[in-house]
Amino acid sequence: MLLIRCPYCEMERPELEFRYGGEAHVARPLDPMATSDDEWADYLYFRSNPRGLHAERWRHINGCGRFFNAIRDTVSDKIVVTYKAGEARPATTGEIA
Amino acid sequence: MSDHAVMMASRRGPLHGLSLPKGTDFSLSEAPHAARFILRGDGASVAAFGPAAPKPLQGSAAGTRTALWLGPYEFLLLAPEEDATTVEAGLKATLPAGTSSLVDISHRQIGLVLEGRLAARCLSAGCPLDLALAAFPVGMATRTIYLKTEIVLWRQAETRFHVEVWRSFAPYLVGHLADALAGTNGL
Amino acid sequence: MSESFRIADTKDSRVSGRPLRFVFDGIAYQGREGDTLASALLANGVHLMGRSYKYHRPRGVLSAGAEEPNALVAVTRGPGRMTPNLRATQVELFDGLTASSQNNWPSLAFDAGAINDLAGKFFSAGFYYKTFMGPKVAGNWLWTKVFEPIVRQAAGLGARTTEPDPDRYAQFYTHCDVLICGGGAAGIAAALAAGKSGKDVIFCDEQAEFGGSLLHEGTASIDGKPARDWLADALAELRTFSNVRLMPRTQAFGYYAQNFVALSERVADHLAEAPNGARERLWQVRAKEVVIATGAIERPLVFPGNDRPGVMLAEAARIYLNRYGVKVGSRVVIVTAHDSAYRVALDLAAAGVVVAAIADTRANPPVARLIEAKAAGLRVIPSATVTDTKGRLRVSGIGIAAVSGVVVDAPEWVACDAVLMSGGWTPSVHLYSQSRGKVVWHEDRQMFLPGASVQAERSAGACKGSFALVDILIEGYRAGEEASGASGLRAFAVSGDAGIEGGTMGRLPLLPGSKGKAFVDFQNDVKADDIELAVQEGMRSIEHVKRYTTTGMATDQGKTSNLNALAIAAGKLGKSIPQVGLTTFRQPYTPVTFGAFAGANRGDLFDPVRQTPIHSWAEENGAAFEDVGIWKRAWYFPRQGEDMHAAVKRECQQARASAGIFDASTLGKIEVVGPDAAAFMEKLYTNPWAKLEPGRCRYGLMLNEAGFVIDDGVIARMGDDRFHVTTTTGGAPRVLHHMEDYLQTEFPDLKVWLTSTTEQWAVIAVQGPKARDIIAPLVTGIDLSKDAMPHMSIREGKVCGVPARVMRVSFTGELGYEINVPADYGRSVWEAVWAEGRKYNAVAYGTEAMHVMRAEKGYIIVGQETDGTVTPDDLGLNWAVGKAKKDFVGKRSLIRPDMVVEGRKQLVGLLTDNPATVLEEGAQITAASAAPTRTSALGHVTSSYESPALGRSIALALVADGRKRMGETLYVPMPGGAIAVKVVGPVFVDPKGDRVNE
Repeated sequence: MLLIRCPYCEMERPELEFRYGGEAHVARPLDPMATSDDEWADYLYFRSNPRGLHAERWRHINGCGRFFNAIRDTVSDKIVVTYKAGEARPATTGEIA
Repeated sequence: MSDHAVMMASRRGPLHGLSLPKGTDFSLSEAPHAARFILRGDGASVAAFGPAAPKPLQGSAAGTRTALWLGPYEFLLLAPEEDATTVEAGLKATLPAGTSSLVDISHRQIGLVLEGRLAARCLSAGCPLDLALAAFPVGMATRTIYLKTEIVLWRQAETRFHVEVWRSFAPYLVGHLADALAGTNGL
Repeated sequence: MSESFRIADTKDSRVSGRPLRFVFDGIAYQGREGDTLASALLANGVHLMGRSYKYHRPRGVLSAGAEEPNALVAVTRGPGRMTPNLRATQVELFDGLTASSQNNWPSLAFDAGAINDLAGKFFSAGFYYKTFMGPKVAGNWLWTKVFEPIVRQAAGLGARTTEPDPDRYAQFYTHCDVLICGGGAAGIAAALAAGKSGKDVIFCDEQAEFGGSLLHEGTASIDGKPARDWLADALAELRTFSNVRLMPRTQAFGYYAQNFVALSERVADHLAEAPNGARERLWQVRAKEVVIATGAIERPLVFPGNDRPGVMLAEAARIYLNRYGVKVGSRVVIVTAHDSAYRVALDLAAAGVVVAAIADTRANPPVARLIEAKAAGLRVIPSATVTDTKGRLRVSGIGIAAVSGVVVDAPEWVACDAVLMSGGWTPSVHLYSQSRGKVVWHEDRQMFLPGASVQAERSAGACKGSFALVDILIEGYRAGEEASGASGLRAFAVSGDAGIEGGTMGRLPLLPGSKGKAFVDFQNDVKADDIELAVQEGMRSIEHVKRYTTTGMATDQGKTSNLNALAIAAGKLGKSIPQVGLTTFRQPYTPVTFGAFAGANRGDLFDPVRQTPIHSWAEENGAAFEDVGIWKRAWYFPRQGEDMHAAVKRECQQARASAGIFDASTLGKIEVVGPDAAAFMEKLYTNPWAKLEPGRCRYGLMLNEAGFVIDDGVIARMGDDRFHVTTTTGGAPRVLHHMEDYLQTEFPDLKVWLTSTTEQWAVIAVQGPKARDIIAPLVTGIDLSKDAMPHMSIREGKVCGVPARVMRVSFTGELGYEINVPADYGRSVWEAVWAEGRKYNAVAYGTEAMHVMRAEKGYIIVGQETDGTVTPDDLGLNWAVGKAKKDFVGKRSLIRPDMVVEGRKQLVGLLTDNPATVLEEGAQITAASAAPTRTSALGHVTSSYESPALGRSIALALVADGRKRMGETLYVPMPGGAIAVKVVGPVFVDPKGDRVNE
């Protein structure tokens, strides 16, 4: 069971309190009706699957309830950094543990 | 519209008929009925209720009223049952329009009081948080989990916790706490 | 026979301890307090403790610890309390213990399964693959029907009990600053250091007593005290530290991410009385720092006949002697590649055991060892190998031969009743490896040792390759200081601890043409030949060799065998050990009971069983319940003599004729509040909300972004800024999560807040033409008249004197109300409604009647009519989609090409030609009565019931282009033949919908 730092509670909390929410920074188009079928399909279904650092959404659902983002290394399963929803992806070294 | 006298409904809580563990090392009791509200929005609104806005992961009390921080912009307000109408009316009159939401959840959940030397241990049977006094000091409050149920955990004293749990999950929680107590063998 | 191998002249209290009676395989024996089952049996001269896995060869105890592969026993403590596959070396004796051997029939001494030993060719490497996984062609029916079942039956370990386990298993999370795994010399030193730091320390060891090898150390002294006295003092000191939790009988069995370590504690298995509390506890420890002090395991030597009862690890004999006061034999031969067996020989000789020879595989054993042996009058044979052993149920002789170069001389047979072997020591790097650390091969030491730390841990002592007691103590102490952030090194003065070295891996040199079985993996019966054969048949990686031969795959996970197997494979491949690789160490280190993993999560406490405030009334009134998610819902209310069918029919008919009362409390409820509440609702639901007036309700449809229906419910507007949203019973948490997701991440500027009120309200639905008459006497403050409170409206007032939200809604097609009252009042208000209802012959109805009545009206149930691929249009619900809205979740997807294409499945009604035939839900639908195979179905039946209102069966279905097929006859192919159905509209009762407006 991982410990995940909730950027709202500002403390590490057990993974059991969290729910995974898929890739982060996939913004919903501001005017969906103006998108082409391909653009919309890309938003709906296409996600990156990197080996290494991956920005993803988590929710502290059984804690403070907030959605936030995490950079997780998909090789080592280590969460490198967490940050609040709406904040820009922080600079992280591309190092794979 | 009826014009004849209406019988007054009576209350029955989710622990009706259940016996709760009682002992010197650990005792579990149901907290008295309370008026409960979820206040969401501006934390400054809490002041209109009584206590100062609690800091993150803290409870804040003033007299008989308590506010627990559940998350950013989310507070659980607890007051004596008889204050229910005054709290609601008072807050609605005081809160600036459009800055928050107040919802009565008095019956959504119940309060349990865990007391005794083994209270933290019994909670640790299902709650993965570090409940050592240094890590979870008196006054700390948080929403968390206990096995398969969500709870709000508030430490009132070294050996006394107040737990809020949704009513239909309460028998499950009580059953597990009793089981945990037996599993401590007095540890 | 009474403890004839127990020595009398020792100071050890355990030897003169309280006698205990126990039974093994039906024979009564005597042991002593402090014994293990293995030591007690050995004290009675019993070596034969089990039969092997494949060949049913007689096996004796090999070791004295957790690594034991042979002496697996079942301990029985009454009904449901039978634990198989316990290692006799770990089973603590108590008065009245009853144990039995396994994998033998009819008895341990005469086992019919031993025929497998003669048929050994069958069971060579890859046996399972060659036999069970080949093509099942017609010719090998004999295998699959006859031999395979027999072999599967014959191979294996103990049987489990089929009775429920009456014991309690507890689980606790705990946290600490320092976790020390392993209570030997290194662990004790670490605990002393960490204890002094004041940090919160957990110190665990798998055995009943802390001390590890110090418990049987008879020669060494520490700080001027005999090792065992030093140990007693150290433990006494540790007990004075309130910050140190000493956990004996506790195995650290799994090391997970971020210093999360799982411990399994045996609380009561050593007690004669079954416990009131927990039998075992599973501790899930989060440690800031970990010290791994798990020691080392002695390696067997691989020679023909090395598995005969009486052949055991050398140090184990010293443990039985010094710790338990038990001689493992009267005349022993020691075969060793390592110095440590010399101290075994010396201790045994001093205790009066005849040590017939020390066969040292090394050409030049260290001079110091030779001098010691000579001083004790012991014969050392250097450059030795073992050609074979003799004896049936116990070793009686051993063939020792000298090796010169590659030539093995003719053996000298030496009579003996025990052979004590030592191939050297394998550091226990299991926990380090589980922590994701990479072990490193040390060619000079011929050992895999821990490499760099990946987590906050460090190894100390023998598990790190340190074998001198002084090094172990210093290293342990330093590890304890490092882990607790303390400093101030401590010195240890150790005497009488000769440095030890040596060791070999792989098999010993053989006599040409030797036919004897030389075992590598005792528990899975894997021989040296099997590993060589695997290589010969093409296996190159140790991972393949392991799976092909099953070496290391038994419950002992190859603790005594992995390195020998690896060396044999490497030798055969002509590669170095690291080139061949090491198999992965997996959790758990030793087997853990299912009970420990399950904990209290079983029976009534497995899942929360959510009950509504009205549940108790339903129970008292004979309801049958069904599970809806983790809710219990009243399914139907059978009267005397009624079956489900009759009860549901009566409930439906009476509800439509008069009224029915239904517990709808499980419906999800969410209060959506804020100045932007309507704007938020516009985004999350397909329907328009901006113009819905306070006091009115609307059916809401929720889509995911892909345009598919995920939830629905009636939504009431309580005020300009407040909505009372209802969701499906199962969908409540999901819908709230979905709403929070969009609110927090996509529309964070909206001033609106969400609160679950599912459990705040008990909901009593009253449906039927008499509904208004029934509730009217109970309601105050609300004008219930038709005009004042029309269909799809909500009012706040009081019911039975308590604050209530009364909705006029219908899920039956009848006039209906849903009364929401604070949950604690639910039962009381229900009883009042029921009392009023009885005046009109109203019924209480359950979820089944609810389903039937809604299907009669063509109302969908999300999850029944939908499966995650169904759009509003597919359901004929386009009327619920706000066409003028610029955006809502899922809107864009509704015009994707696949969503507007012809041929989508649409909701229709089906009527069978035979009105008595009730279709199966889920049945497929075809156009032809006898559709050829590989025909795609046109759709499937989603709901099917006997309709009391129509007096015939009805069904709802999703059918390709269904709305264009009105009146067509389609077919539902079933095993008994295709059922003809006519496609009709999905509304069977009151299609105009007049009745809800009564």
